[in-house]
Amino acid sequence: MFHWLEKNPFFFSVGVFVVIAFAGLIEILPNFAEASRPVLGLKPYTVLELAGKEVYKKDHCIACHSQLIRPFKSETDRYGMYSLSGEYAYDRPFLWGSKRTGPDLHRVGNYRTTDWHENHMWDPTSVVPQSIMPAYKHHFTNIADIDTAYAEAFTVKTVFSTPYDIEGGVKLGTLDEAKVAALAEAKVIAADMKNQNVKDAVTRGEIPEIVALIAYMHRLK
Amino acid sequence: MQSNAALEYDYSVVKLFTYTTILFGFLGMLIGTLIASQLAFPELNYLLGEYGTFSRLRPVHTNIVIYGFTLSGIWATFYYVGQRTLKVSIAESKFLTIMSKVHFWLYFVGALIGVVSLLLGFSASKEYAEFEWPIDVVVVLIWVIWGVTMFGLIGIRREKTLYISLWYYIACFLGIAMLYLFNNMEVPTYLVAGVGSVWHSVSMYSGTNDALVQWWFGHNAVAFAFTVPIIAIIYYFLPKESGQAVYSYKLSLLSFWGLMFVYLWAGSHHLLYATVPDWMQTMGSIFSIVLILPSWGSAINMLLTMKGEWNQLTDNPLIKFMVLASTFYMLSTLEGPIQAIKSVNAIAHFTDWIPGHVHDGVLGWVAFTIMSALFHMAPRAFKREIYSKSLMETQFWLQTTAVVLYFTSMWIAGITQGMMWRAVDEYGNLMYSFIDTVAVLRPYYTIRALAGLMYLTGFIIFTYNMYMTITASKKLEEEPQFRSPMA
Repeated sequence: MFHWLEKNPFFFSVGVFVVIAFAGLIEILPNFAEASRPVLGLKPYTVLELAGKEVYKKDHCIACHSQLIRPFKSETDRYGMYSLSGEYAYDRPFLWGSKRTGPDLHRVGNYRTTDWHENHMWDPTSVVPQSIMPAYKHHFTNIADIDTAYAEAFTVKTVFSTPYDIEGGVKLGTLDEAKVAALAEAKVIAADMKNQNVKDAVTRGEIPEIVALIAYMHRLK
Repeated sequence: MQSNAALEYDYSVVKLFTYTTILFGFLGMLIGTLIASQLAFPELNYLLGEYGTFSRLRPVHTNIVIYGFTLSGIWATFYYVGQRTLKVSIAESKFLTIMSKVHFWLYFVGALIGVVSLLLGFSASKEYAEFEWPIDVVVVLIWVIWGVTMFGLIGIRREKTLYISLWYYIACFLGIAMLYLFNNMEVPTYLVAGVGSVWHSVSMYSGTNDALVQWWFGHNAVAFAFTVPIIAIIYYFLPKESGQAVYSYKLSLLSFWGLMFVYLWAGSHHLLYATVPDWMQTMGSIFSIVLILPSWGSAINMLLTMKGEWNQLTDNPLIKFMVLASTFYMLSTLEGPIQAIKSVNAIAHFTDWIPGHVHDGVLGWVAFTIMSALFHMAPRAFKREIYSKSLMETQFWLQTTAVVLYFTSMWIAGITQGMMWRAVDEYGNLMYSFIDTVAVLRPYYTIRALAGLMYLTGFIIFTYNMYMTITASKKLEEEPQFRSPMA
């Protein structure tokens, strides 16, 4: 049979494809629907949080930080309750990471403040003297892309039925409404910050990346 | 039909891909060395402003070495091996000649744009699938064109039986096509909402499902880019260089079909103790162990090909590269399964042992194999002898030492960190804060950076040797049959 296959490239290729394809079918499909279900009370990300998530993705924070607490006592002691599948239901993409050069961030919102993040992102060694993390000063001047964050929320609402605009949930509305809401959220965070450029920008109606990122960090809990 | 006169093969595309292999190899390793150094000396994060931090450069490094260096190497060898084992010159078909040129140029331009897009921060943030959707579309196009040239060449072949290397090239083509397509299923947000960045997209899968698809992809991208086509390369070049027949046809058969079947199951070992169902984790773990069989099957087949001819190791540095590559393949494919055992993974996951494992594979196995193939092809494609044997020897020892330094330092770093994260005192409280486990790694990061620098230096020696071979070395009258001539 193998000799025959080696003389018939078409059937050879079909054979290879069948052999490599079916593991994926068996491992991924059966659990697909169940794994998409959110935990009770999970809310979709606000537009500002999504803009922060975009900063997280753009600067590729997953290179060093995980968002997955494994069910070991040593991890729950350090980071909090182990992660549940349903907590990630609105994460597109998932951001678990694969390397912890820095600590896990899945519940960082429980134990770090705006003030801490501000100092840390400006100069990590000011709060963690031995830190090897680079400073991200450009987050204080770059302006977050709220339009794209809105487009993302609108897309997941339209295509994947992510529950925005429901009773007691996160309101999305129109682009203009979303911008107003994001700015209001940003003002609360900026009020706790000391960087004057950031404060001025928010007063002008612009949202620096750091504000969005902090909103996203606070959401992780 | 087949005349006795040797066919004149067309190496123009082989040469082009050879140049990009070297170019991307240098760039990828340069950035790799830089980011390794950043972990030891954080001040190096600020050389390029916002574009120079570790986090921004890490995907640039991985993408250049995977989709730049490795893919170029795969295609340089494919256009060489494909023509020769099928006994047909690509120049015999005008259409295929044009397609192969289109293949190269579209790839080269696409790769450059891809790299720049990552530097600018257009990233889907899924490991090894960071390219945003416009680049993905180009990648698919390039892949289809490669399919056309490959199956086109097969269509006009004179040798009816496909040689082992071609099995692996076909598998590489099919595997990556399937994995890349499914993992990059994403919805461009601009097309739905009409506002925001055109580049942006959201994944079709969310959370745990996205993780499963991603690591089904991520693990098998390693399989079908770093294993399958590299086996294709070594199955052709080791027998050719040594003048020995492949040790066992049956073993190659068993290894090939075994690898195809088993590899795809193992992806979930990246998700041990994560939120995917237990049975998937166990499945990934078990199949990872089974994977030792087909992996070692190929490696042993290669090593036994040298049976009775081990003396070649002493006088031909090219054989040395290839035999050491096969040996590193064995090391790496034993190490991987060990890390996939659940209790080992509990310590190893998230630590530096993982990049350590990746690099004994890619530096020791992938890069050694590709560089030796480039060396072997040079006298045939450029009709000149290899410029310097002693430079090759220097490169070999420098890079071998580098690989050993790299993985040993990362083994120690990884296990140290994994143990410190879980260490508790007599009252059951955690003994170390996270930053303690970072500070303790600085010496190992320094050793790793040094290893990177040594490997990079070896690659520069390689580049110089290739450059001199192509431009200045002694011309050859006749194509060498087996052993590559070198000065």
